[in-house]
Amino acid sequence: MAGGSALAQLKRADELLAGGVAQGAGMLPVLSPLRDLLPWPGLRRGSTVAVTRGGSPGATSVMLALIAEASRAGAWCAVVGLPELGLGAAQELGIALDRLALVPHPGPRWTDVVSILLDGFDIVVVAAGNSAGEIAPAVQSRLEARARARGSVLVPFGAWNRPQATLWPERSVWHGLGRGGGRLRWRELVICARSKGPPRRATLWLPGPARTI
Amino acid sequence: MAGTRTMLIWCPDWPVIASGVDGPVAVVHANQVVVCSAEARAYGVRRGLRKRDAQARCPKLTVVAHDPARDARAFEPVIATVERLVAGAAVLRPGVCAVAARGPARYFGGEERAAEHIIEQVAVESGVEALVGIAEGSFAALLAARAGRIIPPGGVPEFLADLPISTLERPELAPLLRRLGIRTLGAFAALPASDVLARFGLDAALVHRLAAGDDDRPLAVRRPPPDLEVEERFDEPIERVDVAAFAAKALAERLHGKLAGHGLACTRLVIEAVTADGQGLQRIWRHEGVLTPTAISDRVRWQLDGWLTHHRLVGGIITLRLVPDGVVRQVSLQPGLWGEAGAERDRAHRSMHRIQGLLGPESVFTAVASGGRDPWTRFRLVPWGDERVPARPAGPWPGHLPAPWPALVRSGEADFLDAEGQPLGVSARLELSGQPARVTVDGSTVEVTQWAGPWPVDERWWDGRVARRLARMQVLLADSRALLLTLVAGQWKLSLEYD
Repeated sequence: MAGGSALAQLKRADELLAGGVAQGAGMLPVLSPLRDLLPWPGLRRGSTVAVTRGGSPGATSVMLALIAEASRAGAWCAVVGLPELGLGAAQELGIALDRLALVPHPGPRWTDVVSILLDGFDIVVVAAGNSAGEIAPAVQSRLEARARARGSVLVPFGAWNRPQATLWPERSVWHGLGRGGGRLRWRELVICARSKGPPRRATLWLPGPARTI
Repeated sequence: MAGTRTMLIWCPDWPVIASGVDGPVAVVHANQVVVCSAEARAYGVRRGLRKRDAQARCPKLTVVAHDPARDARAFEPVIATVERLVAGAAVLRPGVCAVAARGPARYFGGEERAAEHIIEQVAVESGVEALVGIAEGSFAALLAARAGRIIPPGGVPEFLADLPISTLERPELAPLLRRLGIRTLGAFAALPASDVLARFGLDAALVHRLAAGDDDRPLAVRRPPPDLEVEERFDEPIERVDVAAFAAKALAERLHGKLAGHGLACTRLVIEAVTADGQGLQRIWRHEGVLTPTAISDRVRWQLDGWLTHHRLVGGIITLRLVPDGVVRQVSLQPGLWGEAGAERDRAHRSMHRIQGLLGPESVFTAVASGGRDPWTRFRLVPWGDERVPARPAGPWPGHLPAPWPALVRSGEADFLDAEGQPLGVSARLELSGQPARVTVDGSTVEVTQWAGPWPVDERWWDGRVARRLARMQVLLADSRALLLTLVAGQWKLSLEYD
């Protein structure tokens, strides 16, 4: 289908133009294997994309991979409620540490904290729901509305009620370790995503052999 | 817009002259040579050398400590001489003073003759050799004075074009520009001004204007609010230097508070004093950038010191007034704290500031890459607003955990059992006591499928208080989790999870 592939090529060029991080652009860039998983050609400003734990470990890496390309391109990111975050992994993926804000212990007023961060940052990762239990749907929709109004991306790290897209790790296979020797070197990660329609899958090497994904 | 035609009187190596020492002399600050005399230069001593290196090159070198107060005090008679000849002389720093060139040029019949006359008078009355440069704007005039030239009107951009970036005296900006391939002031001036402001910040934008030969008062507020001056009257006339210093500091803080309240900063400062017998003294101090509160306080202190030491004041000082001039809008956040200027950065900073107001200053952090062996020492969390300084230097750090870095840094109890159900031990020769079989972590027991190690870490064995000996093992569990377990004092712990 020559016509279909030509149309696909046109779409790719459009994505290249929309790859800026400026407030006016509607889309934040995202790693190319993840682009097929999201319903848009990037991380759309104002959207809510949740990352949940799945059948295999690797959820934190999925979250870091989701925000990596945008941070590398100049976006400001904030992570709330994740005191155990491994910053080395973040730096390896290309996240700029001087544009990353961390609020590891937001306390009971975490919704206020997230609202304030949505005002000033391009991407806000919220991992507060797990410790406080379920988040009330009213609170969820208020935060989503704020993200939409400010043009920031809300990334709940945990369960969320009807986000626009959900990502989770399905399979994680580490290579390099033996029985008594070697060391953990590379990991093959299969990420599953669902927005509208059937789930889609993509495989990433996170971290990969050539330090690129 | 070109600046006013400025005549600048420059006394080379002023701190050396102020110290009053002859022969090869080097003035040292923070273990580095700041200024050296001509004889010392003949031996190879240069600015920026460490004290030991300078002494090695010149064994007869006299090392003098840097004392800006002494320099300012000693400069007072020189500037008094200049003021007797021309009106409106302003001190840029001890050793350098600037005056508008039009007045003396008219009075003495030409710029060259005015320059010669001033040099002669200064030499006669103070015994100091000075050089004079005339150009538009004080920055270009200082460079002209160093070359001993009078730049013809309109010739400033041409004069500046070939000078190297180091003349801007911005040690953070210069290497950055050099790496971008910009080595001369002409090349820097050719960049668009808005791009320079966006990329490098306000200070670089000011310096960019100077490099282009433009007015060095670029962002003056058109209508500064009235009543910016501060005044203090003293019941007891001030005759002692230390009392003057105390009064200067208090007044400088008041002035800065007033300016900051309006969101302004000044680039020039007029210091006025009235003595008990009605004598009035005035001095103008100029600065290339904005004057910080410490800078204001220092200059007032030096000026009072100079007046009290050199003027034979019959009465002491009873009134002190500070008038800010060259007022500019102050950027409230320092550029360079987070590495870039821009609207996104300001928005992010405002959010973090608000969260700190809500939760306290130790609630928002940023990460600084440091040196270390483990992920928790490699990346230090620094509260936002603090300086992002690494705790330990970068380096090879032998024995560090190999890449790739884990996504979760956890700490928790773990039980590591071998095939017989006994806790796994590691001998002094790094031999395992059995075959690794099961790990109990987070309340559940899982089989071990693959493992590597044990890797020893023996830190700081020379210091008994902080010595650490531990062994690490990477394990892959049957539920595909990858963990790093650490054995410390016979007890296994969970350290990292490769999530």
